Amino acid sequence: MTALPFQTARQLRDALSRREVSAVEVCRASLARIDDTNGRLNAFLNVASDRALARAAEVDAGKHSGVLAGLPIAVKDNISTRGIGTTAASRMLQHYVPPYNATAIDRLEEAGGIVIGKTNCDEFAMGSSTENSAFGPSRNPWDPERIPGGSSGGSAVAVAAGMAPLAIGSDTGGSIRQPASLCGIAGLKPTYGRVSRYGLIAFASSLDCIGPLARTAYDAALALTALAGPDPRDSTASQAPVGDYLTGLTGDIRGLRLGVPRNMLEQAVDAAVRQCFHGALDTLRERGAEIVDIELPYASYAISTYYFVATAEASSNLARFDGVRYGFRTDTASDLKEMYERTRSQGFGPEVKRRIMLGTYVLSAGYYDAYYLKAQKVRTLVRRDYERAFDRVDAVAMPTSPTPAFRIGERMEDPLQLYLVDVFTVSANLAGLPALSVPCGLTPARLPIGLQMTGRPFDEATLLRIGDAYERDTNWWKECPDL
Amino acid sequence: MIAFWAVAQKLTRQDVERIASLARLELTDREKDLFVRQLTEVLEYAEQIQAIDTSDVPPTSQVVSGQATDREDLPAPSLANTEALANAPDPASKAGLFRVPRVIG
Repeated sequence: MTALPFQTARQLRDALSRREVSAVEVCRASLARIDDTNGRLNAFLNVASDRALARAAEVDAGKHSGVLAGLPIAVKDNISTRGIGTTAASRMLQHYVPPYNATAIDRLEEAGGIVIGKTNCDEFAMGSSTENSAFGPSRNPWDPERIPGGSSGGSAVAVAAGMAPLAIGSDTGGSIRQPASLCGIAGLKPTYGRVSRYGLIAFASSLDCIGPLARTAYDAALALTALAGPDPRDSTASQAPVGDYLTGLTGDIRGLRLGVPRNMLEQAVDAAVRQCFHGALDTLRERGAEIVDIELPYASYAISTYYFVATAEASSNLARFDGVRYGFRTDTASDLKEMYERTRSQGFGPEVKRRIMLGTYVLSAGYYDAYYLKAQKVRTLVRRDYERAFDRVDAVAMPTSPTPAFRIGERMEDPLQLYLVDVFTVSANLAGLPALSVPCGLTPARLPIGLQMTGRPFDEATLLRIGDAYERDTNWWKECPDL
Repeated sequence: MIAFWAVAQKLTRQDVERIASLARLELTDREKDLFVRQLTEVLEYAEQIQAIDTSDVPPTSQVVSGQATDREDLPAPSLANTEALANAPDPASKAGLFRVPRVIG
């Protein structure tokens, strides 16, 4: 067989284990595809060719085995990689080279995975379009005039354009699922704490999750198998036993109950998205799932809640960027305070400043109770909504994004409009729940649309089972952009 | 549902300057004008949560399921001094320290 592009991780893994192709050949094919398409798509900020080829040769020599052995993996550039520059798409970290690996990277490499390069994203993962990167936007392979979604846009483009069979990203308010949806691939936000956050450049610590982007639910399950588990370096990484994410992928979803929150669908949703979503529900019903109406009364407040909680945590987390120990420092300061202020003003882009400002405001004296504490209480109500729903259903189904990909530049001047695209994704982060997006259609202009399923804590297995079953009955995941 | 708070006042330029100072950001005049408008818009939208009755609702600050576990507090090697200084914008390498501009004028 010939390796890549557009092969699934599962196909490549089978071919590698049968020795029909070598890890070095797979790696070279991935690098060639990146070479051919990255100039147009700006998915990768940094390609680790030599390191990747050396690791691939080690896999071929039998030095690394595991579920990901020989598979190239694109890594979002806010996840620390020892010896490979990690910028978080910010001028602040343009020349930063981490002295340690994120635990997620260690786990991928222990499973034989090969880091092929670092992908573009919104600066410090703040955004839904990858337009907030200090290094220019990534472009959607289905229409390069459009955004790929974000913030893990580069990771989604890498998989959707056949540059890598797998990628990892981070999801604080939808940043894995929304770009997966807009690029026509699968994206999984695991349960909060299922994957260690050690080495993930922190945005909002109570919401941040690392997870996979892949061509199929099966491939996402494969990656989660490697990523999941406790970590002595992250006390919020859960001790809960790691499930078997692969053997449950039987295609059998008979009797599973899927809840549809009708109140959420009253939001402004694009007609094609609505149509594809209902088509997907029909497909799942035909396979034996039961579709049940549910209410998530507080989910419509999730965006407001999210932007108070996330910006408050961000303003605190980003205080560390002060020009002292690492990263950018201004060269025009005469004393320490001026050095802090100019370093931060010159090092951060507009969206990061906007969120630091909002977060500082909601935490400041006189506003803490009204904004931050209030939002934390509403967060409790959002969690309870889901807890009640999961008494009756096994998963909650919604569209992933209210619209398909929009044009680059279209919403840059209006941050609030851009925040509203997270309407269906942020509640899973607030409640700490796992959620999976899989492709469920194309608009007449061939722009991808995603179906999102949200599950009980640590029940990624059920979401992956539903996603895999859905893929058995549909061909959307096989669709590829014409580049 | 009752509105308990009436904090949705428009942000002023002075507010933005005060917040920027707290956040150690030096903003241009253009940025100040932009943030007055944009942050006010976001706050006006997000104000909707004030209408929710949360009088008996505890706050959620984290969603860690199950028990957070402490690990054994065992000594282990940390970063070497050279590694810790490798990314510093102005390392005093001989002394093994980070150098900063003068603090007192």
